Amino acid sequence: MFFYYVRLALLSYRRNPVLSSLMVLAVAVGIGAYMVIFTMNYYMGGDPIPRKSEQLHHIQFDYGNPDIPNFNPPPQLTWIDATAMLEQTTAYPRTATSKFVAIIEPPGSEVRPFFVNGRGNSADFFSMFDVPFQYGGGWDRSADLNRDLVVVLSYELNERLFGGRDSVGETLVMHGLNFTVTGVMNRWQPAPKFYDVNNGSFDPIEEAYIPWELIISQELNRSGSTNCWQAPEGTGLQAFLNAECAWIQFWVELPDANARDDYSVLVDNYVAEQRALGRMRQPVEQRLYNVNEWMTYQEVHPDETRILAALAAMLLAVCLLNTVGLLLSKFLGKSGEIGVRQALGAHRGSLFVQHLIEAGVIGAMGGVLGIGVAALGLEGIKVLIGGLMITEWMRLDFTVMAITIVLAIVSTIIAGLYPIWRACTINPSVHLKSQ
Amino acid sequence: MEFGPILRALLRNKLGVMLIALQIAFTMTVTVNAVYIIDQRSERMARPSGLDEANIFHLSSVGYGNNFNESVASTEDLALIKAIPGVVDVTVMNAIPVSGSGSSTGVGIEPDRPETSVQTAMYTSDENVLNALGLNLVSGRAFSTNDVRRGGRDMERSHSVAILTTALAERIYPGEGMQAVGRTIHSPGGRTMEIIGLVERLQTPWPESSFIEQSMLIPEVVDDGSTLYIVRTVPGERDRIMTEVEELLAAQGHERILRNNRAFEETRENSYRLDSVMATILYVVIGTLMFITAMGIVGLAVFSINRRRKQIGTRRALGATRPDILRYFLLENLLISGSGVVLGAVLTLAFNMFLVQTFDMPRIDWFYAPVGMLLLIILGQLASLAPAAKASGIAPALATRSV
Repeated sequence: MFFYYVRLALLSYRRNPVLSSLMVLAVAVGIGAYMVIFTMNYYMGGDPIPRKSEQLHHIQFDYGNPDIPNFNPPPQLTWIDATAMLEQTTAYPRTATSKFVAIIEPPGSEVRPFFVNGRGNSADFFSMFDVPFQYGGGWDRSADLNRDLVVVLSYELNERLFGGRDSVGETLVMHGLNFTVTGVMNRWQPAPKFYDVNNGSFDPIEEAYIPWELIISQELNRSGSTNCWQAPEGTGLQAFLNAECAWIQFWVELPDANARDDYSVLVDNYVAEQRALGRMRQPVEQRLYNVNEWMTYQEVHPDETRILAALAAMLLAVCLLNTVGLLLSKFLGKSGEIGVRQALGAHRGSLFVQHLIEAGVIGAMGGVLGIGVAALGLEGIKVLIGGLMITEWMRLDFTVMAITIVLAIVSTIIAGLYPIWRACTINPSVHLKSQ
Repeated sequence: MEFGPILRALLRNKLGVMLIALQIAFTMTVTVNAVYIIDQRSERMARPSGLDEANIFHLSSVGYGNNFNESVASTEDLALIKAIPGVVDVTVMNAIPVSGSGSSTGVGIEPDRPETSVQTAMYTSDENVLNALGLNLVSGRAFSTNDVRRGGRDMERSHSVAILTTALAERIYPGEGMQAVGRTIHSPGGRTMEIIGLVERLQTPWPESSFIEQSMLIPEVVDDGSTLYIVRTVPGERDRIMTEVEELLAAQGHERILRNNRAFEETRENSYRLDSVMATILYVVIGTLMFITAMGIVGLAVFSINRRRKQIGTRRALGATRPDILRYFLLENLLISGSGVVLGAVLTLAFNMFLVQTFDMPRIDWFYAPVGMLLLIILGQLASLAPAAKASGIAPALATRSV
């Protein structure tokens, strides 16, 4: 029976091709547009590291100057506090991390020296953030302490420097220093780039990773946002390091609630100590944020996509209203046929099912076409955004496609319920008479 | 008039009418608010930076290796670039306006009173900066060669001269900004600066900042491993000179790399990319909605006309002219659209209030809603024109058939 009704639905489509195509198109456009925005929201507002987002925490200290009105506490750490927190406890994996820029001088003269974005981080960084490795791995905590010149390369940098081969143990000249490669990452592109939302939440990852302390001890060129609320006393690097200038991200992995409580006490005690010294005078609401809390607090999710989500919902509503209207016309236009079927003994239930299937078929067609519209829309947005941010994550995955089709069918059927009911409650004799 | 009969006919098909009216209301809500967002973004994007935007490009030189001497190389580079025919002027700077990254500080009329200080972008540059950027000096004087201090990161910088934008001067000295020349301002860390000139306009590096017009220029060149050149050319020569400069500097054989050789217009475009992407998406949404709604109107009009073919034929047979029939269906649509846009106006304002509250956007101007109403009524009339014309073509003879 089901397939018979599907065939009837297709027949009915052909009888009224313009009206039917219009319906399919409306469903496709509505669902497609909604899916584009849904995909963007899904990833931009999504959990970048679902397995560990509850465990990884960023610290927010009581920074700022209470005398300055409306001063939001800077979300990064000062050098004094970052180094202090690294030493407070080694019981939990933790990393201080910040960006640098440097010039790499490749061996030989074929490749000219080039510029890279790098990241200084502690040994635990790689395991904390589940960084995938192609060759080798990170370094030990001892390398952090000894300020060893070791480096981990991104997949892309290893391609560029070593043609993609296993380069572990090779030497790399960066910032005029000889670094030893300990590992090469596999392709990795968290979106949002949750571990550093201060410098572009959808920026590509850095290319070279070195022990964080080297940025200071070897005087690399720091990069990334720096926020000072009290000027350095004096000039030079040491004055800057001692000043109230925040430029370091600090993450700690706390496996459970006990660990969180434990660490929280530690942070609170540290703040109390610093306050006694006359620092940290601007109270904050919360000092430990897990990944998702941090993403929300730092407003990673752009206003743009949220506005678009509201607009897309209305677009979908218009398309469905349109479908209701067109289905109504179509089904009422079929009253003659319905009358005949009823007169021949079809009861209301089977007429209802038949038209439900007819609406469902239109929805399914709209859904399939909607996937095309969504794919096209995402490609368009990628082209528009260009190099502004990474866009690899902007794709329709299987789940989204399945949701698209189901949403299309369900919404078309819901939109069709009233027209179907109207069509099935027609008095057959009226329509038979006018034949 | 025919309002009475039309209204009674409409009431017989309440749902169909309601559907179209609702659709028109939603379409109006989305369209008007989207246009309002686009207008706001365009306004942001249209703000002038103060620079001679079309004729400026920038280029960075980053040194490596022990033999690289930044101050020697940059002096040499500046002389080389300046000598190229078609170059108006060249300067070194710490940051590019409207580029997204730079440096900011607070300045105030009293030392160490952060609560009274005003936030400003801080540009450091040399004596050629006004000409190289094409800034308009409205008061005081430009930097002289003697004003410019050069040195490493540790350089002593407790006192200097400064050029401010008029907007910044006005914020520091409300009501007497134009008389700021000769006064002294303070910034944290005990720095003092004597104001020697005012420029009409120079935007900060951050397009989204609340203090976008508040900038300050300090005559200072810091050797920190990386030099940013800003070059202004005569009109039409920019692209040619961009290539020439890069080739010329690369040929000098210094241990450095050249990067970010880019026209200012491109840098600016990148900074406002999100705004222009948003505008494009919204245009597509508006276009799609208009199309869908128009199609919906056409679909329902065709349907309702087909159901009433016999009535139309009868009316024609009873003496109604073609224009009468045409007018009937256009009026019918006007009634539907009219109720749609009235509801639409309410929804538009409600949605705007939601935007204002959730996203801190300014309230919509009063004329948006009436213009939107008019627009949708016109759309409705255009969409029902073809079906109505077809209806008016129904022959009176139809009335006599198959009764």
